Amino acid sequence: MSWLAVWACAVGLLLQKVAGAFVPRAWVSGERVRGVLTLLPVAMFAALTLTQVLGGTDGVVLDLRLVGLGTAAVALLLRAPFLVVVVAAAASTAAVRLLL
Amino acid sequence: MPAVSTPVPVSTPDAVRAARRDGVGLGLLGVYGVSFGAVAVAAGLSPLQAVVLSAVGFTGGSQFAFAAVAAAGGAPVTGLASAWLLGVRNTLYAVRLTDLLPSRVPARVAASALVIDETTAMALRHEPHGPQAARAAFWATGIGLFATWNATTVLGAYGVQALGDPALLGLDAAAPAAFLALLWPYLRQRRTAAVAGLAAVVALAASFVAPAGIPVLAGGAVALLGLSPRARG
Repeated sequence: MSWLAVWACAVGLLLQKVAGAFVPRAWVSGERVRGVLTLLPVAMFAALTLTQVLGGTDGVVLDLRLVGLGTAAVALLLRAPFLVVVVAAAASTAAVRLLL
Repeated sequence: MPAVSTPVPVSTPDAVRAARRDGVGLGLLGVYGVSFGAVAVAAGLSPLQAVVLSAVGFTGGSQFAFAAVAAAGGAPVTGLASAWLLGVRNTLYAVRLTDLLPSRVPARVAASALVIDETTAMALRHEPHGPQAARAAFWATGIGLFATWNATTVLGAYGVQALGDPALLGLDAAAPAAFLALLWPYLRQRRTAAVAGLAAVVALAASFVAPAGIPVLAGGAVALLGLSPRARG
């Protein structure tokens, strides 16, 4: 891989973040824009949860990550703290992999 | 900001401590960097190139996409396009977090380097407890993830497999579980639950036809419903 491509990738990813942080406040203070910005994380995290659990190298893959997500949902219904939810999801997935 | 309907609370010390604890815990997920280091080198990048991508780029999904294109023998420009497409959401996150990021320029640049899925989600989770808690969550998550992600990238890139395959530890299921947990509070309100459900459906549909990066953005586009006063509730 050429160093030019590597630096372009790395610096580009950094600039994307910095650009967002320096968007003038006046552009994003309108009521309508605020409405969108309030809903944006909800929509993106929902999309992200789904693509992370079903995403494969090529399209959609169903695998044991679903066990982890199911465990997490149960833990959340039982009002478990955040870290317990994450550890339970990882441990259950690892356990099922070990058994199969 | 225009007149806000609810006053912003001042975080209690307990809320700040809880935010920091959650952040440090999520930061441990960065050990997945060992997987990136190994994948990148297998894809034909040098170990040092993998390390630069983690230190400067610091966006897991984008980095994996870049390496995957290289592994498939794709042109570097294709890898760049995939990585940047996945990175667009960080721009949107930074816009959303604008009030929480430091105002002095050098600190603001440093903080924005840490704006990724995990730090944004954790900051917003603790935002109802006041800006101090949200900032504590942001920095604890960001510094923790940055440290573990970069340290383990080095290990993976230089062939240290002592941590084993992250999938064997179930770590590939930990990330979606973390996002479900971060999403959970929004699922308790009908309006935001509807937005989340619709976004998930849109993202699922998009992942059958669109390249990586598009599904999350397509799901995010559901937030445009916020343009309507009715959806703002």
